[in-house]
Amino acid sequence: MNHRRNYLLAVISSLVFAPGILTADVIAITGATIHTMTEQGTLSDATVLVENGHIVAVGSGIRIPDGADLIEANGRIVTPGLFDAYSYFGVAEISLVRETVDVFQTDERYTASFELADVINPRSTLIPINRIEGVTRAMVAPQAGFFQELSNSPIVGLGSVIHLGSTENFIVARNSALFVMLGETGAALTGGSRANTLLLLRESLQDARDYAANRQGFDEGRRRAYRLNRQDLDSLVEVLNGQRPIVATVNRASDIEAALRLANEFGIRLVINGGAEAWIVADKLADANVPVILDPLENLPRRFESLGSTLENAARLEKAGVTMAFSSGDSHNSRNMKQAAGVAVANGLSYDTALRALTINPAEIFGVQATYGSVSVGAEADLVIWSGDPLEVSTFADFVMIRGKTIPMVSRSTLLFERYKNLDKSLPPAYTN
Amino acid sequence: MSRYILALAPILMLAACSLPGSDSDARVAPGKDPFPSTYQALPSETLLIRGATIYTGDGGRIDNGDLLIRDGKIAEVGPGLTLPEGASEIDASGKWLTPGIIDTHSHLGVYASPGVRPQSDGNEATAPVTAEVWAEHSVNPKDPGFAKALAGGVTSMQILPGSANLIGGRSVTLKNVPSRTMQGMKFPGAPYGLKMACGENPKRVYGAGKEVAPSTAMGNVAGYRAAWILAEEYSRVWQEYLDGKSEEKPVRDLGLETLAGVLNGEILVHNHCYRGDEMAVMLDIAKEFGYKVTSFHHAIEAYKIADLLAESGTCASMWADWWGFKIEALDGVRENIALVDKAGACAIVHSDSAIGIQWLNQEAAKVIAAANRGGIPVTEEHAMRWLTENPAKALGISDKTGTLAIGKDADLVIWDSNPFSVYSHAENVFIDGALVFDRNDPARQPKSDFMLGIIEIDGEIK
Repeated sequence: MNHRRNYLLAVISSLVFAPGILTADVIAITGATIHTMTEQGTLSDATVLVENGHIVAVGSGIRIPDGADLIEANGRIVTPGLFDAYSYFGVAEISLVRETVDVFQTDERYTASFELADVINPRSTLIPINRIEGVTRAMVAPQAGFFQELSNSPIVGLGSVIHLGSTENFIVARNSALFVMLGETGAALTGGSRANTLLLLRESLQDARDYAANRQGFDEGRRRAYRLNRQDLDSLVEVLNGQRPIVATVNRASDIEAALRLANEFGIRLVINGGAEAWIVADKLADANVPVILDPLENLPRRFESLGSTLENAARLEKAGVTMAFSSGDSHNSRNMKQAAGVAVANGLSYDTALRALTINPAEIFGVQATYGSVSVGAEADLVIWSGDPLEVSTFADFVMIRGKTIPMVSRSTLLFERYKNLDKSLPPAYTN
Repeated sequence: MSRYILALAPILMLAACSLPGSDSDARVAPGKDPFPSTYQALPSETLLIRGATIYTGDGGRIDNGDLLIRDGKIAEVGPGLTLPEGASEIDASGKWLTPGIIDTHSHLGVYASPGVRPQSDGNEATAPVTAEVWAEHSVNPKDPGFAKALAGGVTSMQILPGSANLIGGRSVTLKNVPSRTMQGMKFPGAPYGLKMACGENPKRVYGAGKEVAPSTAMGNVAGYRAAWILAEEYSRVWQEYLDGKSEEKPVRDLGLETLAGVLNGEILVHNHCYRGDEMAVMLDIAKEFGYKVTSFHHAIEAYKIADLLAESGTCASMWADWWGFKIEALDGVRENIALVDKAGACAIVHSDSAIGIQWLNQEAAKVIAAANRGGIPVTEEHAMRWLTENPAKALGISDKTGTLAIGKDADLVIWDSNPFSVYSHAENVFIDGALVFDRNDPARQPKSDFMLGIIEIDGEIK
């Protein structure tokens, strides 16, 4: 039954989409307006040449090898695929069906070592629905709760960067950030006060530092009792070593300042997530070179920790020199990140920074910029041809490539549309496969 | 002493009504408007808006069009209008002019920001049928979200109770003006709505955990029907009393009074429902008890039963693209709104969100683009109906607002560029001809009391 369905899907896909599926090793997109996200800036009437999944040439006057598949962009815009900097791809399918949600946990025994990498489901319906609209990469981040439920610790766990292009080898950077909660949520998870959260983090990091210097002593039972277990300490040691940043979900200006002090005290890399009031302390963030992941649409004082929310958050952070990346927080609709970026531009953010916040900036924050985030030689070919200005709400992706593989423009949602777009059929819709 | 007398005065006045010889013996139904609107239009002037691209809200488009506001109403619309003597003028060339956006589904005020427990007033989740509650008694006019929605071009909205209950209570329709009281926002003459909810929410809130029905979809349906049976009986008993066929005055029941109001057509049903098959059942329940579902809300599967919606004259209030947060919301398609529209049913873009309500024009824009891409041609001027005319119909206020017809309230938005662009801003918003929001004039940007001096930034309390 499943075989038959898969077979039918394959047949339909090939009938409808065959012209778009390219299998040649060499693919050239020509006549494109390319936002390279490098010093090359934006190129007009340019070619990008892809070979074995990588970009091998970008620019004008590029010789196209015989046998290459050609895609004529006709002046359309090409960008790198978009990156959702804080997602739940593959770890939450239906938000209110608990069995399909692995993005948070309530076991008190593990905190910093809780890792999602091995349980990400690359066959999730969220992935095709978003990648056919140009989202090709994401940080899959653990959360401190989901909808009504809450976790037990402000140290939430490890997130990994994935690409959305295949069901094999989809992890791009494993455990590349540790996520923690500060502010109101952190307090709710730590005994009721923000001070508890900071105390817990400080103690945990002190323990990890002691552990790192005395592993043998720990194994022999000659160290004082630590708050965390061995796995969690190992995870924190990599934060202390600078191997991965801590991403702190925090919104209030004073909470951001507390996070900056903590990061400075332990010499750790910090990333702010949420950052509703980040603009108020923008200069301090810029001085400390701390980036911010934000949703540009967040402009209401929805909590007391976000009284300073404004549509101008992104523009003001840019002016202060703070690096930023975008996330909608709703991975079912990561495809709408570009709309939020457009709204940020409509409220003062530069167009170039908006595009960077969707591509190269998150790549740099999570350390994957060597292989993704720009249209440059050597990068993996995550490329999108847009029907117009990518930030415009009326624009769709016409063509999506992830690591050189052309993505069929099919999702569960497009299949439902095809099934129901005409209701006056002789047989029930169930016969339209 | 004098205070004592003053305090007595209202009681004496009340008592006077029941003196012999007054009309107290006449049999009257309970008052239907105990919390009357005190809305008064803000000051306006005679104003000619010139040279805009006008989307009239009923599918029409006028290029280089003018519109005259007089006495708070739309007085003239068309190209080349003459400036009346003493009138002001706005040059809107290169800009767009549309009716104000109307949201059929908002919880502003009943879930005011900040969303802390004491401001969580949207769901009376203590029993599955709470027809007796009225959303207006939860509306906090200090919600900063009202001003944000205004900056998004929203001039009217329906505030609904939440969806925890099978029957959640009465809605209220507001004009989006800043006011010290809820009554000062109430849309004069707008009918009340009744919030009903299908599907997962009532089952999750009640059910096994609370040992209160419903715990199943069939329990939901039994719950609605049981309520309507009581309402039929309540209507009958009151009618007999009013007709003089029975002597004893029936005891008022707030909940049944509201349900009876639905059965006699005075209160419009707004029904939260995601699945197509469930909407079909709800339409049958409406037939069984002789009421009409005015609009389904959320209706993620409306496209599957668009023909049934068209047949029954039922609107669907929908998001552009939300999906997947519940299993009943799994089958979202980007073209939903356009497919409902194409079937000839009344399609509406709604928000159900304090953020989403600020971007309803963009939500429509995404649907226009997806529809055209999917082979369903939709023009921008046609899609304007989803934002203004159709929601006005669903709220029973289409004789007053929702299109730019002459004589209607001058509820208008001047957009600085095409409203279906992500870069567009609502530049000027008018309600009853009064300029209530000006993007370029901070003195015409209302600010909630809550936001006043709430945060110190760079040494300044703003």
